[in-house]
Amino acid sequence: MKTTRWLIAAVMSAGLALPAPAQAAGLKGKIMIDGSSTVYPITEAVAEEFQEQNPGVRITVGISGTGGGFKKFGRGETDISNASRPIKSSEAEAAKKSGVEYIELPVAFDGLAVMVHPSNTWCDSMTVAELKKLWEPAAQGKITRWNQIRAGWPDEEIHLFGAGVDSGTFDYFTEAIVGKAQSSRGDFTSSEDDNVLVQGISSDRLALGFFGLAYYDHNKEKLKLVAIDDENSSNGSGPILPTRETVEGGTYQPLARPIFIYVNKKSAERPEVSAFVRFYLENAPTLVPEVGYISLPGEVYRLAANRFEVKKSGSVFAGGGPKVGVTLANLLEQSR
Amino acid sequence: MKLEGMHLQRMLRGQKRSERVFKIVAGGALLFALVALAILIIDVFLDGFRRLDWQFLTSFPSRKPERAGVLSALVGTVYMMGLTALLAFPIGVGAAIYLEEYARKKNWFSRLIEVNIANLAGVPSILYGLLGLELFVRMMGLGRSVLAGALTMALLVLPIVIIASREAIRVVSPAIKEGSFALGASRWQTIWYQVLPIAFPGILTGSILAFSRVIGEAAPMITIGALAFIAFLPDSPLSPFTVLPIQIFNWVSRPQKGFFTCAAAGILILLAVLLMMNAAAVFLRQRYQKRLYL
Repeated sequence: MKTTRWLIAAVMSAGLALPAPAQAAGLKGKIMIDGSSTVYPITEAVAEEFQEQNPGVRITVGISGTGGGFKKFGRGETDISNASRPIKSSEAEAAKKSGVEYIELPVAFDGLAVMVHPSNTWCDSMTVAELKKLWEPAAQGKITRWNQIRAGWPDEEIHLFGAGVDSGTFDYFTEAIVGKAQSSRGDFTSSEDDNVLVQGISSDRLALGFFGLAYYDHNKEKLKLVAIDDENSSNGSGPILPTRETVEGGTYQPLARPIFIYVNKKSAERPEVSAFVRFYLENAPTLVPEVGYISLPGEVYRLAANRFEVKKSGSVFAGGGPKVGVTLANLLEQSR
Repeated sequence: MKLEGMHLQRMLRGQKRSERVFKIVAGGALLFALVALAILIIDVFLDGFRRLDWQFLTSFPSRKPERAGVLSALVGTVYMMGLTALLAFPIGVGAAIYLEEYARKKNWFSRLIEVNIANLAGVPSILYGLLGLELFVRMMGLGRSVLAGALTMALLVLPIVIIASREAIRVVSPAIKEGSFALGASRWQTIWYQVLPIAFPGILTGSILAFSRVIGEAAPMITIGALAFIAFLPDSPLSPFTVLPIQIFNWVSRPQKGFFTCAAAGILILLAVLLMMNAAAVFLRQRYQKRLYL
């Protein structure tokens, strides 16, 4: 059976005869990264650039979600974890149990945008109180028409869209608006895939939804942004639209959140990992805006880099999960 | 008599009418399926066709859609499939031979195994992913490697390979086997020189179709942790890897329009690989069958 032999040879060579890539001089080793899909584009950009300069280092980035990433990180299976919210106390506990210490580094801002259909003429702005009235668990089945939110808005149904309930985005939105993470009405269309939400809102005249600002930037013609008023004039008065300036300047509150990477302290002792983290913080100001996120003030990157150099472990959020309206510089300053 | 004839005629006419209606309904069902498939393929083709070029095939993932490519995903898919075939084919065929040729006597044990294999073929693939994560990735310490992926996929396709191989072995005419025994051949000789060569085209076709299922599976790969960004090629079975469905899944969920096009182009490549495998199955079957009956 000549053909059989040929067939087996073909199958085997397809599997085993792949050429080993040439190793360049300089840094070598592997860096395993996993976690949030929100942070993924930033880490991907940094990894791409870093690998171009250091071909000997092999970086892999997964997308298991913030929670899934922390599970692996807590077992010591990954070197760096992408996170769209601070580590929770239960996750910090798990890491402690297996002896994993970590350094928490903020890398960018993500604005959460509230959006309606472009032909919606009435809804230009909302207060946090109105959003709470609309999204809190008690609203389920009761607040179903636009005029129930504000008198003068049309007596028509409202159709709600939101981020998937397992995402850090949902955690943060509920924390910021309702006051408690994961506390929300359940009768809305949710999806882990923000493109599905873009589709939903842009094809429904009566829709309202929320998701990451980056997705608005690429679908401007299909959506209309809603300005948010937190009724607190100390950080800008009146309704404020999310833009680069208002998110970075801290006036678009409470729906702007910092996003993080967590570095395993033991991994950080390896030269390739520490070189990567330094490279990350140095290049974030240019790479973060390139992939649609908002970079942190230069001061915060400097404080974060400092935090990394002195290997300061633990979370400035004291394991409390999402925190609303934080000024990062303050937090980092305090924890020095 | 006359009355009865008229009755019969009416009945026949009625039957003809219902036959015609059934034909139209069945044809309509076929048309519906084909049109839906055609629309899907044409839509993907229009979206992704322009993106398909040499650069796309030979580039690693990138944050810039115009620079992104499927190289690591394509190589990862082919590598994993090759390993899966290497693992599942001998085990699957061996199990089928045992069940068909050695365990002919139906006792409770062989019946239990049979029921289990049939049930395993229907288990959702994500459960195999969870099993693979616990067994291969964690307990055996293989990590998120090509080998762990291939072992998981081998478990996934084993029931299908066994069932297909058993059917191919079962249709081998008993006359040939009896003839072989009559000439003094042992059971092993009969299986090796008579049964397997005849059953081979059927075993091969069934197995290749089972392996082509491996290409499209995303769920178990996500659970065992195949990765989204990986800018090098796997160089050993223990190397980390990614596969086409995960790369496509990742691109579809990105905000940039360019990635949408990349996803469509990725789907076309996935379809091309599938088509090539199915073509190989048809080709091999034709070739072996001709040789046997000439």
